[in-house]
Amino acid sequence: MEHTITTQKVKFKVFRFNAEEDYLPYYDDYEMEVTSEEVVLDILNRIKWDHDGSFSYRRSCRHGICGACAIKVNGRSTLACKESMNDMVELFGNELVLEPLSKKRSVKDMIIDKSDFWEKHAAVQPYVVTDVDEAPEMENLVSPEDAEALDEADLCIQCGACHYACPAVEVNDDFFGPAAFAAAYRFEADVRDESETRLMDVNQMGQGVWDCVKCFECREVCPKEIDPIGKITKLHQKLFQEGKAESNVATRHAVGFIHSIAKRGVLDEGGLVLYSEGPAIVKHMPVAFKMFTKGKIPMPWQLPKSDNMDEIKTLVKSSTTAKF
Amino acid sequence: MEKLRYALFTGCTAKQSTPEQMMSTLAVADKLGIELVELTEASCCGASHLQDYDEFLSLVLNARNIAYAEKHGLTMVTICNTCQLNTAMTKHKLDNDADLKAKVNEKLAEVGLEYKGTSQITHFLYAIIDDFGLDKIKEMVVTPLSQFNIAPFYGCHNIRPSELQNETHKSPESAYRPTSLDDLIIACGGQNVDYEEKNKCCGFHVELQAPKTAAILTGNAIAGAMDNDADWMVTPCPLCHLKLDTQTHHASEAIGREVQLPVLHMQQMVGLALGCTPAELGLKHHVAKVDFV
Repeated sequence: MEHTITTQKVKFKVFRFNAEEDYLPYYDDYEMEVTSEEVVLDILNRIKWDHDGSFSYRRSCRHGICGACAIKVNGRSTLACKESMNDMVELFGNELVLEPLSKKRSVKDMIIDKSDFWEKHAAVQPYVVTDVDEAPEMENLVSPEDAEALDEADLCIQCGACHYACPAVEVNDDFFGPAAFAAAYRFEADVRDESETRLMDVNQMGQGVWDCVKCFECREVCPKEIDPIGKITKLHQKLFQEGKAESNVATRHAVGFIHSIAKRGVLDEGGLVLYSEGPAIVKHMPVAFKMFTKGKIPMPWQLPKSDNMDEIKTLVKSSTTAKF
Repeated sequence: MEKLRYALFTGCTAKQSTPEQMMSTLAVADKLGIELVELTEASCCGASHLQDYDEFLSLVLNARNIAYAEKHGLTMVTICNTCQLNTAMTKHKLDNDADLKAKVNEKLAEVGLEYKGTSQITHFLYAIIDDFGLDKIKEMVVTPLSQFNIAPFYGCHNIRPSELQNETHKSPESAYRPTSLDDLIIACGGQNVDYEEKNKCCGFHVELQAPKTAAILTGNAIAGAMDNDADWMVTPCPLCHLKLDTQTHHASEAIGREVQLPVLHMQQMVGLALGCTPAELGLKHHVAKVDFV
């Protein structure tokens, strides 16, 4: 079949900022005929080569391997060399806004200061920790089954698309972010690894896995389909499985579900908060009072219960695999 | 049109912290002539938290819920985004992993049940848009919401991950350009408000462990709607509703400005347009007062 190249007119609004000269960022407008063959990186190149040589962005491999060229298109993290313009137009229409991954970290146009990303990556020991024989008689082999346990976490190209799409990273400077957790998982799942501290590092409140907001943005934007939130969930589970989950509000919240379900099938919402918070529940009293006055908190004798509770109790008892 | 029938998975909040959601779901279903068979045997879906502790148990419990929908021979309809996610994700996993399905069924057999994979799972939002039809809803509107600018708030777990959207819905919507709620607002005669935060996270799932993060996300969402002249917000997710409706004091403190808007459940908005009374829709149960009706 004959391959036809089509063109269409697209309006671009392009973020501009030079930290050395500008007090505030601004946007430049361009209108171009875009071909069906082009990717987002081609547009960045054309802006620089045809319109304004001072326009700055990162690029290197052009094959979705180096991770340098990630930017945001209409707010969506995108690896520019991989994302077709046709798909972007199909998704957002003929007016596209090109912005750096993080506007507040822009140094020059699309180029951002990624130091927070690298610091957080480094903080999770992104390497195998083990005593290596200096003169080994054979290679340290990993079976295909054991390699499968990595669940493709080692395909991460450190582009930062998930990190700067993560709403928790955006509002919490301490939070390690999905890419760092995917890296932590990659080495935690490695049968050769003997790190004693990595899992505990990601267990901390504020910076660790418990502060993930579970929004799935990281999974949605990952150009390598690594599913960082899936890795975060596996780290949660690993903490419980290895008995390293400390008793805190987050871990008790996860475990509290099992108690509630075993007792009533559906949750006892108030009981769950009490189990999770302990005496600190008093801080929720003002909100709880407002909810109570609006009929949003039932009295204990009004709490719902699932039918066939015997089945639920049996399944909770026989299917539970974790301990806390 | 053949009468639509679904197995209703209420989730937990509809029987406790969002009673108005249950009331409005039943009221709207009644107006539209949709029959809902409540799955009174269903348990909690785990809400993405049980899954952190014990994934296998969560799969077994969700499979049990779906098995009851299958017994009725009906599509399961959810009224909570997080219930939708966890139930649909369980179905996805079991339908694509025969070994896992067998292990889960081994457990279900202990209580005389079996997960077959025969029931579809959809959210009430998509049931009324895809199955009932926007055009028909439009024809049934008796009180157009024409004087209101309404800000849709989609909630993460209905629109992400895309694979579940693609698998589950006739017209899958984009996580980055969702349209279902906007279309529904327009069908009800209202003006839909476009704003950056409409498909962002409300922070509900870290309310206890990361309250500051949660409060900022809540505040940003309401502020985004207010800055775009919304009169009120609407959401298909009771968890988003709880954050946006009850946590405005913390949200205002966190972002340094007063934020508050009435936040209606999707069913309440449709119910208003269809002529249901405020009492039928449970509008008195809101913390951020609904004073425009």
